Amino acid sequence: MNQVGTESKTSKENGIIMNEISTSGITAVAERSLGLETRGLHAWFGSHHVLSDINLQFPERSVTGLIGPSGCGKSTFLRMLNRMHEFIPSAAMAGEVLMNGSDIYSPDVDAAAMRLKVGMVFQKPNPFPAMTIKENVLAGIKLANLKVSNHDEIVEKCLSRAGLWKEVKDRLDASGGSLSGGQQQRLCIARSLAVEPTILLMDEPCSALDPGSTLRIEETIHELAEKITVVIVTHNMQQASRVSNYCAFFLSDGGPGVLVEADATRKMFTNPTDTRTADYVQGKFG
Amino acid sequence: MHVVYSLGDRIFRRIVTAGAVTSLLVLALIGLFLFARGVEIFRDMGTKFVTGTNWTAGSEDGVLPAEFSIGPMLAGTIVTSLIALFFAVPLSIAGALYIEFFAPSKIKSTLVSMLDLAAAIPSLFFGLWGVQVFSSMGERWAALTSNYLGWFPLFKNELDIFGRSPFIAGLVLAAMIVPIITSVSREVYSRTPRELVDSCYALGGTRWGAIRAVVLPYGRSGVVGGAMLGLGRALGETVAVYLLLNLVFKYNFNILESEGGNIASLIATKFGEATPYELKALLAAGFVLFLLTLTVNMAATAVVQRTAKAQS
Repeated sequence: MNQVGTESKTSKENGIIMNEISTSGITAVAERSLGLETRGLHAWFGSHHVLSDINLQFPERSVTGLIGPSGCGKSTFLRMLNRMHEFIPSAAMAGEVLMNGSDIYSPDVDAAAMRLKVGMVFQKPNPFPAMTIKENVLAGIKLANLKVSNHDEIVEKCLSRAGLWKEVKDRLDASGGSLSGGQQQRLCIARSLAVEPTILLMDEPCSALDPGSTLRIEETIHELAEKITVVIVTHNMQQASRVSNYCAFFLSDGGPGVLVEADATRKMFTNPTDTRTADYVQGKFG
Repeated sequence: MHVVYSLGDRIFRRIVTAGAVTSLLVLALIGLFLFARGVEIFRDMGTKFVTGTNWTAGSEDGVLPAEFSIGPMLAGTIVTSLIALFFAVPLSIAGALYIEFFAPSKIKSTLVSMLDLAAAIPSLFFGLWGVQVFSSMGERWAALTSNYLGWFPLFKNELDIFGRSPFIAGLVLAAMIVPIITSVSREVYSRTPRELVDSCYALGGTRWGAIRAVVLPYGRSGVVGGAMLGLGRALGETVAVYLLLNLVFKYNFNILESEGGNIASLIATKFGEATPYELKALLAAGFVLFLLTLTVNMAATAVVQRTAKAQS
């Protein structure tokens, strides 16, 4: 089983530097009992086998980057972590996704309630067009019928955490669509945070944004990782090295995508175990 | 800047322009024809033509003067159409949502093609079905409504006869326009951006939550457009109403009572035996219906544009 996070972090000033190897695997698992883990995960679209036997642990309160060339199944993998995969009509899966130690695919799990704990930010900024900025932030609370009274407080807190509060505090009733692309994406992050997820999945959240906005989002991700677990799919190697604490490298050689290697980001970029990882992070293919 | 088009482009442009102009021209000519033939009536009757309740051809010797007015028919047109919309719109929205979001994918395409087929059924069959099959059931519903809601003026019925009422005609019209409204609604719902629906699910929303938060607001203008198409059909419906309603020249807003009519069925009823002067009155009635339909369509366009603007 690939285990990322057999190392504990002591310093996280810029989210990358960390102390190496301190705890044994077993105690690390016990300590991380609230984390996210996949066991023997497979995915199919129809008869097309797209992911094979993925075993991966996501350390809590850190950023794990999923990297790999197009078509290696990393986005599919991400969507299996909150059961969005099952909305595609021909999609099938096998294996387990353990959250807090229990399988989110077990029949007695309410998928909608589970997704409250696992937020998601998509590639393209997609605030709800018919809603104001404020309504967008509160959309999840309304959707899930959560009983909360301190709406204004939540709006301010979430927008602040997403790094957008200062820019929009005077126009909370403007349409979400009136913001710039980068602001819209941060609004989408704020929207996911409002239901207080413990895990946030991000599917190439910066690929549609300009470099300035990308930097803002990356700062936001660093701050978020102090409290929640972030999993981010990215095509951009610089971004992976800047933003993630751990990296998982996926690859498909024509067949189903497999997990080649997962480790601390610094190790993945400087001294990976597998030569294919080295070739990929050095830009020799992909 | 002067743009130079190639010969092929110029010819193509002429052809499509001609097509666009022709359809507008035909519309204008129909309106003009109806107005020209009916203008004498408008002059003779004034505004009473659209408010009065008397339709008499008069005697040939002129002792009994001819008098034409379509008040009850105009009201009947609007009442039956509104009843039809009242039942058809919620039903269509529900049907469209079912097909798009709940139907098993195996039967979805069958349902869609059946729906389009149903939209093309001639209204005559709806009329016949209404008379032969639905009327008896509709009468029972009407009797029940009257029993429990009879205190409300709209549902008052003192005669205890429930057949051939605007209520039943409206229900048959509803059945007639459900397919077209469902078809249009389903089409716009299917165009809801996938990523918006996905974000609802990702936020812990249920399917109903996603529909309420994203699909319904997104499709609103399209549904209004579909409803207006249906309303257009209901307003102009001739045969079904002709078969289902007794033509009575009295304002009837007790929709469960057996009196009514609409402009189109009035024209169909009177046309065969009309005197030359009465014929003009019928064409004038046609002009009023023409204006009504045009107004409804323009209002609908305005609504659609306004919601579309609010969304962008």
